Amino acid sequence: MEAIDCTVQWKQETGVLRMTSASTTVLPFEEPVRELERQIESLEARDDAADIAEEITSLRDSRNSLLQKIYGNLSAWDIVRIARHPERPQTPDYIHMICRDFRELHGDRQYGDDRSILTGLGRIGPFKVLIVGHQKGRTTEERIACNFGCAHPEGYRKALKKMKLAEKYGLPIVTLIDTPGAYPGVQAEERGQAEAIAVNLKEMSRMNTPILSVVIGEGGSGGALGIGVADRVDMLQYAWYSVISPEGCAAILWKEANEATNSAAAESLCLTARDNLANGLVDQVVTEPVGGAHRDPSAAGEALERHIVDQLRELTRFNPRTLVDRRYEKFRKIGAVSTS
Amino acid sequence: MAEATQRSWTDVEAGTPTGKKPVPEGLWLRCPDCGAILFRRSLENNQQVCPECAHHFRLPAMDRIRLLVDPGSFVAIDESLQSQDPLEFVDLKSYADRLEATMAKTGTNEAVHCGTGFIKGRKVILAVMDFTFLGGSMGSVVGEKIVRAVEAASSEDLPLIVVSASGGARMMESGFSLMQMAKTSAALARFDEMGGLYISVLTDPTTGGVTASFAMLGDVILAEPKALIGFAGPRVIQQTIRQDLPDGFQRSEFLMQCGFLDRVVDRRDLRSEISSLIDYAGK
Repeated sequence: MEAIDCTVQWKQETGVLRMTSASTTVLPFEEPVRELERQIESLEARDDAADIAEEITSLRDSRNSLLQKIYGNLSAWDIVRIARHPERPQTPDYIHMICRDFRELHGDRQYGDDRSILTGLGRIGPFKVLIVGHQKGRTTEERIACNFGCAHPEGYRKALKKMKLAEKYGLPIVTLIDTPGAYPGVQAEERGQAEAIAVNLKEMSRMNTPILSVVIGEGGSGGALGIGVADRVDMLQYAWYSVISPEGCAAILWKEANEATNSAAAESLCLTARDNLANGLVDQVVTEPVGGAHRDPSAAGEALERHIVDQLRELTRFNPRTLVDRRYEKFRKIGAVSTS
Repeated sequence: MAEATQRSWTDVEAGTPTGKKPVPEGLWLRCPDCGAILFRRSLENNQQVCPECAHHFRLPAMDRIRLLVDPGSFVAIDESLQSQDPLEFVDLKSYADRLEATMAKTGTNEAVHCGTGFIKGRKVILAVMDFTFLGGSMGSVVGEKIVRAVEAASSEDLPLIVVSASGGARMMESGFSLMQMAKTSAALARFDEMGGLYISVLTDPTTGGVTASFAMLGDVILAEPKALIGFAGPRVIQQTIRQDLPDGFQRSEFLMQCGFLDRVVDRRDLRSEISSLIDYAGK
């Protein structure tokens, strides 16, 4: 396996979380690859490694082709697991990789500063943008602080507040979606979770500035859509986006969430990037490095950066009024209805 | 997001008893709230509100429409729209079979009914959701019909009244259902911009993706007493926090206290309440 520099220190803002450890988690279907990697590592560690270079190269080739084969035949449930891989790059990682001069902007000016949604100004390629993204956290401490990426109403209100700022100064908005869902809790209800999301949907639909959304990991229902009403909605190759999580769906419709029903629900929900593209619910799938973004975060970062720059170049050609009309039409036409 | 319901539509289908099942057949029934034995006819004469304790029984859409509009004034629109089952969704049953069975049982095509009507002589566009149809869940058809109702209200400059009763977005249309939240909210943004009046009436229960889109976007938001209203359903929250929920949590009165409802209105006053609001807005 190629060395991954995941020990990225976040220098500009203490508030932003950082990537920590090198890849360690192996998904069940990656086991055969891991086995080959162990062999490669042990050969490379030998004193006569130079003499057996050919053997090592051939093992690497078989590893690569195995990886390609496995990743060419993933089930929907496998993809959900990749989307949740603990070492998969998250919003702060992408910000660090693709964004210059990032200035985090905190708080909703009403209640608090929800860590589950990160907002700030930054430069991507030639563009000055507002970035809004879910933040899951990586260490236990961070995850608790971020509620595992499940935002409270103040998170959605913070996002809207900053988006209005971007609108005022004509800055394009880039949202990075990665949440299991909005937080289901007593305080979230007391502070109006439903209202906060509903208002975001309404306001984003008429925001006079370009909006690009990319589902980078989990696109869990209303909590994802709450920052996802955009001119373009794209997905990373191994992200998922659906009305409900496979487990939630299995628990209700299959009466029980287990490995088999979760897998069946994932399949039925058509939640993969490919399915969502085929159904016309997203605009494009952004290809990840072979073996997923967690195997090569910097390549994933480069791909995302290229994608964002290309799309913003396209979107910024339109005047804001036209964008709002096109955005309206984009969502207006979604639906599968017939006349009896 | 249909997970948000306290009682999923599968329970409804199976006829699982809960505290609030629809009024059953028979001459007498017991009020689930105060326990009074009620003569069915007297309940009907009282708009399905318990004469003893004012408990509001759930209402099928057609009954609701009858109670809300001036007699004979309702003209349905888009009644023929049906779901296409875009994902050919199958769980333990197929969605196609569920739809067919539900249509046969309810005698209707979908979980919302829209049309024009008069409320105390004032012409309105009315959309009423039906919890008996797959838990009032929102799929493509519900989203489309709500948007068409908004568009009709826009083009005729009429007040829009939406009565919600829903477990949330319909799982069997997955991403299509989810996007109806954006679609309906976007339509309401346009209606708002042209100065339209939208009165959202929340009834028991209104949760999930419906609450988190058009139901919470009313210019004025009314709710019937003690209706369950929320984003996540109480069961989901309980599983998350592993604690008992406070009394009255997610009921209309609680939401009003939290600042998310304008008024809690008795069903028997709804007609005069709505007509008065229409007059204030000058519509």
